[in-house]
Amino acid sequence: MRDGWGRRLVIGVPFAWLLLFFLIPFVIVFLISLGSYAFGQPPYEAAIVWEGWRPVWQGSFDNYVFLTEDPLYWRAYLGSVQIAGGATVLCLLVAWPMAWMIARADGKWRTLLLFAVILPFWTSSLLRIYALMGLLRPGGLINSALMGLGITDQPIQMLQTDFAVYLTIVFTYLPLMVLPLYSTLEKLDGALLEAAADLGARGWQTFWTVTLPLSLPGIIAGCLLVFIPAVGEFVIPNLVGAQDSPMIGDVLWREYFNNRDWPVASAVAIVMLVLLVVPFMLLRNSSALKGET
Amino acid sequence: MLRALAILGFALLYVPLAVLVVYSFNASQLVSVWGGWSTRWYAELWQNEQVISAALVSLRVAIFAATIGTVFGTVIGYILSRFGGFRLRTMFTAMATAPIVMPEVVTGISLLFLFITMEQWFGWPQGRSVLTIVIAHATFGMAFVAVVIQARLAGFDRSIEEAARDLGARQPGIFLGITLPVIAPAVVSGWLLAFTLSLDDLVIASFVSGQGSSTLPMVIYSKVRLGVSPDVNALGTIVIAVVAIGLLAGLQIMSRAEARRKREG
Repeated sequence: MRDGWGRRLVIGVPFAWLLLFFLIPFVIVFLISLGSYAFGQPPYEAAIVWEGWRPVWQGSFDNYVFLTEDPLYWRAYLGSVQIAGGATVLCLLVAWPMAWMIARADGKWRTLLLFAVILPFWTSSLLRIYALMGLLRPGGLINSALMGLGITDQPIQMLQTDFAVYLTIVFTYLPLMVLPLYSTLEKLDGALLEAAADLGARGWQTFWTVTLPLSLPGIIAGCLLVFIPAVGEFVIPNLVGAQDSPMIGDVLWREYFNNRDWPVASAVAIVMLVLLVVPFMLLRNSSALKGET
Repeated sequence: MLRALAILGFALLYVPLAVLVVYSFNASQLVSVWGGWSTRWYAELWQNEQVISAALVSLRVAIFAATIGTVFGTVIGYILSRFGGFRLRTMFTAMATAPIVMPEVVTGISLLFLFITMEQWFGWPQGRSVLTIVIAHATFGMAFVAVVIQARLAGFDRSIEEAARDLGARQPGIFLGITLPVIAPAVVSGWLLAFTLSLDDLVIASFVSGQGSSTLPMVIYSKVRLGVSPDVNALGTIVIAVVAIGLLAGLQIMSRAEARRKREG
């Protein structure tokens, strides 16, 4: 390009912003995670102390060792992956038929159904979680209905359980799963289904051998869109989960806001990053997503 | 079979919202008891200064953050799809898109520690405020805008840009005169996406906000935590109504534009 300086400026400004507000913060978190807890303001001993212009190394990996020794953190990392994974599968099971129905609908109906999926996506997730909590609470509609029908004579405890966490994740992230599924199903060539039928495939056979494999890119994209934010979820386990919820986002939050232990909170954050971002980068470089983006 | 399952899915999406809307008109103090129709919770919401001021903070943050995020995000999307290779391109791409997959608690705590460190070293920014929330929201907003813009530019006929270049237009002129007008709808939807994400964010704002800069989600969250307060139902209903009207208006405009394009061939 001719205007070399202009080009450098156009790249340089956003580059500088991202360096300052995205990359450097992680370097700082990493340095704090190597420090140790101390009473004071800020409440930690830095890993590197300056004596004049001479840096003196005081840091250690003690916080990381601590994370491996306390089963609480192990349980939280594994629990997050397990809950997010389970909820993603459930979400896929609910979303696939919806996406299929939208893709098969025509004209006005298709627009209307798409609108119905996008509307919750644009409203506040916190308010939607609150709406679901209203149904699940002991005096809520579900319990009233169950007791009215005589199925149970006492309210069933649904909030503060793992069941509520799964249900709420599915409910909140459902649009994120439906939309990518819809966009692959929409492109699906109807002639392929007719061909399968002509060759004698029954409904379920066509589904397993033709429709489902062809919607794979949408399935992968949707699962990533749900799984990745669900692993780090704080709001849902905190509001509807059990008291000692086994999710790492909640643990990090408590470590920072309740215990005020910055170095341990930082170490939790760094491990979370490594666990989550590395697989994502690998997946993004794999061929599966190439077609999508 | 599939159809029945799909209807079940739509019911799951809408039953909680429908109940929320109906109960926002409940006269009773108790959320679980129906006490007849009333608009008292809307009146109470209207008089709740904490909610009103938090809503104003949220709106202000979202407008500034979405605007900054859209300007940077558009430029980043343009660089990613048009500039070809340059030094550190891999690093640039990674930094530009990684905020999308970053867990919010990690983004929140890392930005907080950055702001504290910057204040120690340079005395700026002073404390946590609306400014720090705007910076945080703009940073993750621009990642989403960049993806939207890059996707739009990927399906864009480059020959128009090349024709302009052959006719002697320079790069800034081509961008402002040709590229930007064509991708304008994507810029608008990018802005709306960044705006909504900012309005919706609880976690990052909780880390980087300070005294007097509580956003609406922070106020709602503390209300929900403290127990049941029926005015949240009224607030939820208002939000649903505003989003529905906005989306319907958007659909109307889009279908009209579509019809015009068809007419003009």
